[in-house]
Amino acid sequence: MKILDVQGLKKKFGGLTATANVNFNIEQGEIVGLIGPNGAGKTTLFNLISGAITPDSGVITFKGKNIAGLKPYRICREGIARTFQSVKIFAKMSVFNHILIGYLFGDHKNKASGSSSEEVAKILDFVRLSGMSESRAGDLTLANQKRLEVARALATQPELLLLDEVMAGLNPTEVAETMELVRKIREKGITVIMIEHVMKAIMEICDRVIVLHHGEKLAEGKPEEITQNKSVIEVYLGDSACLPSET
Amino acid sequence: MKDKTKKYSLFAGFIVILLLLISLPSYASSYRVIFVTNILMYVILTLSWVIFSGPTGYISLATAAFFGIGVYTSAVLSGTLSLPFVILIGALASFCLAFVVGSLTLRLRGMYFTMFTFALVQLISNFAHWYEVNVTGTVGRLVISLDSTIIYYSILVVFCLVLLASYFIKRSKFGLALQSIGESEEAAAHSGINVTLVKVTTFAISAFFMGAVGAVMTMRWTYVDPPTAFDIRLSFMPLLMAIFGGMGNLFSPIIGSSIFAYLEEILTTKFPYYYMLLFGGAMLLVIVFMPHGIEGVFRKFQKNNKQESAKKT
Repeated sequence: MKILDVQGLKKKFGGLTATANVNFNIEQGEIVGLIGPNGAGKTTLFNLISGAITPDSGVITFKGKNIAGLKPYRICREGIARTFQSVKIFAKMSVFNHILIGYLFGDHKNKASGSSSEEVAKILDFVRLSGMSESRAGDLTLANQKRLEVARALATQPELLLLDEVMAGLNPTEVAETMELVRKIREKGITVIMIEHVMKAIMEICDRVIVLHHGEKLAEGKPEEITQNKSVIEVYLGDSACLPSET
Repeated sequence: MKDKTKKYSLFAGFIVILLLLISLPSYASSYRVIFVTNILMYVILTLSWVIFSGPTGYISLATAAFFGIGVYTSAVLSGTLSLPFVILIGALASFCLAFVVGSLTLRLRGMYFTMFTFALVQLISNFAHWYEVNVTGTVGRLVISLDSTIIYYSILVVFCLVLLASYFIKRSKFGLALQSIGESEEAAAHSGINVTLVKVTTFAISAFFMGAVGAVMTMRWTYVDPPTAFDIRLSFMPLLMAIFGGMGNLFSPIIGSSIFAYLEEILTTKFPYYYMLLFGGAMLLVIVFMPHGIEGVFRKFQKNNKQESAKKT
């Protein structure tokens, strides 16, 4: 079942075309990777889907409803949550309150029966931040701040999660942990779109990859197909040297 | 356990102060009563300013506009309605104005918002002046002034209300949303918070109390004209007082504004010629040595004490 369908999405910033006529769709339960060189329009695409900016034209259908141009809080309540490329946490607030905010304001329909503090504890446990419930968010390590952002997004009870470079700046152990977390999120039945430059992660966990270039879709397919694609290698992946598959 | 006893003792202390304030007119001279009324006015303005600007970090200089709207409403209605209604209508008028203005301008951030609110005071003041000259053909209005004890008790009621409002907003889901908006508006919006609505409503609630104070304070005067109603000093005072006291909890702005207002009153009466000079000097010292206000000094003191006792054991 299609959960998200993007048709003819266009956004210009002055003379710069950030996305030009982007079309794609996402199946329920998929993990889709979004890759492309810097300035390809990946984050702009996330901003358009999550409502941070309004498209000039185009249709974004989420669960059969056009959400293009809705305010961010409405889109969040429809069931799309996101994280940010540069972490945007509430630095002076406790970890617990972050999750509580997501839980209280995110969704109105599917409130679980337990008390809110129980629900918060569950989510903290899920992202393995249980021990830090009372810490100030600003005092956490980068890896934990990124986890916290994911947790806050999860607390809004989304059906589609947009992850914007959750692995950037993390060490290999942390990357592995985050990959595990993304898999666990999918097991919960949440569809994931992730922007990522860590190709290892893309190759291992994505079902499908979409490549953007100059605001247009350059290619789309299974991770293995993408790494073989001539034009993708040309604009993004670079020489075959870095790809173990091409021997 | 320790936290709880601390909480109870704070609460008990507060009740004692409140009782002292309630019985004030029975043991103090009427000069003292007016004196305390003035201090309470500043405390209310500061508290209501902190309701919005404290958590969100939007520095508003519109206090004088909302206060003035209260003053003017009260002056217009003076003698036609009973006091509680006059105060309520004054407060509601400010609330409505803040709601409209907030919806239009709260997309401005930082300096731009501050400048706009500053200009708002001038705009409304001048509009009132224009209206009086061209429509009513006067420059001001006569007010039927009230007994200072009545004014004092009205102010005391408004004080209790603003205190309750601050307390409940702080503890509620709404307060949590406000705090998150102050930290990152974008993240708050993407977490499902209707940022604009929360900001505008809070801005209007804070204006509600500013208007209420204005409506009460009008009754001290016999004559009101736009320059006295929309006194720009009242825009800066709550801001300075909040910085002086600190904004981390409810007590800091109260203590800050009380001391500040007390000092101002003493300085203006004892040193009418050097008052501004002394005041400016004191303000500079505060900013240099107490960047986090009284609250900051208190915290430092607490921390040192803890370290000392840790050393001893």
